[in-house]
Amino acid sequence: MKERLVAAISDMQEEEAIRLVNEMLAAGTDPQLILDASREAMTIVGNRYERKEYFLPELIIAGDLLKAIGALVKPKLKAQGPGKALGKVLLGTVAGDIHDIGKDVVGFMLDVNNFEVRDIGVDQPAEAFVKSIQEFKPTIVGMSGFLTQAFDQMKRTVAAIQDAGLRDRVKIMIGGAIMDSSVAQYVGADAYGADATAAVKLAKGWLA
Amino acid sequence: MAAKSPQQLYDERVKRTLDAAALRVPDRVPVFGPYQKYPYGFAGVTFRQAMEDYACARAACHKFLDYFQPDLDFGPVFAYPSKAMEILGWKAFKWPGHGLGDDNMYQYVDGEYMKAEEYDDFIYDPSDFMMRVWAPRQFSALEGYSKFVPWRRFMWSGWMNFGFFDTAEMRKSMELSIQGGEEMNRWWGSQAQYWDEIKAKGFPLAFAGWDWPPFDILGDTMRGTPQILADMRRRPSKLHDALKVATKIFIEYGSGAAGAPVPFTWVWVHKSTREFMSPAQFKEFYWPYLREGILALVEKGVIPVIYWEANWESRMEFIGDLPKGKVVYHLSTSDPQKAKSMLGDTVCLMGNVPNIMLHSGTPDDVRSYCKKLIDTVGKNGGFIMDSAVMLDEAKPENLKAMIDFTKEYGVYR
Repeated sequence: MKERLVAAISDMQEEEAIRLVNEMLAAGTDPQLILDASREAMTIVGNRYERKEYFLPELIIAGDLLKAIGALVKPKLKAQGPGKALGKVLLGTVAGDIHDIGKDVVGFMLDVNNFEVRDIGVDQPAEAFVKSIQEFKPTIVGMSGFLTQAFDQMKRTVAAIQDAGLRDRVKIMIGGAIMDSSVAQYVGADAYGADATAAVKLAKGWLA
Repeated sequence: MAAKSPQQLYDERVKRTLDAAALRVPDRVPVFGPYQKYPYGFAGVTFRQAMEDYACARAACHKFLDYFQPDLDFGPVFAYPSKAMEILGWKAFKWPGHGLGDDNMYQYVDGEYMKAEEYDDFIYDPSDFMMRVWAPRQFSALEGYSKFVPWRRFMWSGWMNFGFFDTAEMRKSMELSIQGGEEMNRWWGSQAQYWDEIKAKGFPLAFAGWDWPPFDILGDTMRGTPQILADMRRRPSKLHDALKVATKIFIEYGSGAAGAPVPFTWVWVHKSTREFMSPAQFKEFYWPYLREGILALVEKGVIPVIYWEANWESRMEFIGDLPKGKVVYHLSTSDPQKAKSMLGDTVCLMGNVPNIMLHSGTPDDVRSYCKKLIDTVGKNGGFIMDSAVMLDEAKPENLKAMIDFTKEYGVYR
């Protein structure tokens, strides 16, 4: 049953996946098993995304499925101990910019790769990044921006992190359609990632 | 030698642009900086001021034109009229003074404004769907439009339905629509005044129309991005039926450019980005409809300028099946030399000085980049120089270097 559920989720068979989850719950299956199957399926989805078999449409459907399955399963779950994440990543789109899709894809892929992700959302001023770093204590910060005005907003954000005495505690990566390594240099970030796969690679590289 | 008259300069600039677009070798590479909010910062005013004060916006664009002397000009059309947007209550947009700071670029708020179960309604009667269902969702002033009875029922005794006009909601929407219309007439009047003024100075307009690919017509302001992308998997047949309708809308919408001196219809591409869909999905859902639309516009004498976004190298092998010299492809941040080798025999290429270079590089960086573009992409014509993406922020000396260097070095000997 578990294998069928993993296949249904990772093959984008939404109705079949939900049907299987309901069947398994009705049969008294441990809800944790269902969540484990979901995570296993997400890993497959992530691998297919990295191999460029899957793109954003499949990540969207996978995300919707994960949410739907979570809604069915979590009320039946016993209390869990905290999981062991590889590391903590803070994500946000910089001030004045409300684009979010790229950031959301990065968050999804980092989560699938066992990072603990906090996404502070769009249009976040430098102060919000600083405050979140102080509270969440990530080792990696990802800044997203789509507009050219994001160049200076990212620069401002890195400067604020520096002024708060936090710059040496975090690695900073940037992303967005018009971003590149020269922008990373301009804003004072550590790296630029062309897509979510690159973001995961950077994050894993910084763990060492 | 006597200085050229504005009419001579105008004719030269039009010919230069049309020659480049048609893959004829022009006298030199045309160059311009297609801007959204750049001129307003250059003139020392905020974007908000330009959006509220139409004379201020015109003055700033004139200052830009006089100083930089490009071959084509957009003018203040991207300084959207904030007063009209306030009157109409556009819910799906944020702009300076309305959710964003005074100098912030305005942005669209992605959302699901057409539900999955409404595909059939859209396909059956798109105008009815957009007027009665979509418009009230997007504009608070038009919420009364939900009271309309579908106009397709108007034959014979449809007028007997007119009672819906005499509702509080419809009265309010009618009043606000008129106010919105009055403001739009003021704004368009300002645009028309500007177009006359720049023509008198010898500058052609860079656009005669605009459009969005059929997929984006459906996906941008109607289904919403995550929804339409997932529709490719969840309801492909319905999506295809809707895309056929959207293609007709694309053709109708973009045809207005026909007959203009520079009949450029700029097609703003949002959803074909390489991460948004696989090559197979692009080939099935995106390109066939856009191609059909492009061919129809070309048939009408329009020159479509396809404003591809970001890195579209993975699309290049699929998008060359077009008549030669009829279409312009904007490079964005794609490899210009790759585009030239794969598509340069078919389409004119436009681009692609990096905006980060214009923003914080040096004039020498810019000149060096432009030289490479002219030498490679500009070989044998078919190239127009501009920035990689729309100009919002740049150092004036860098923009001047881009334009002046192209005028000097981009001459075809």
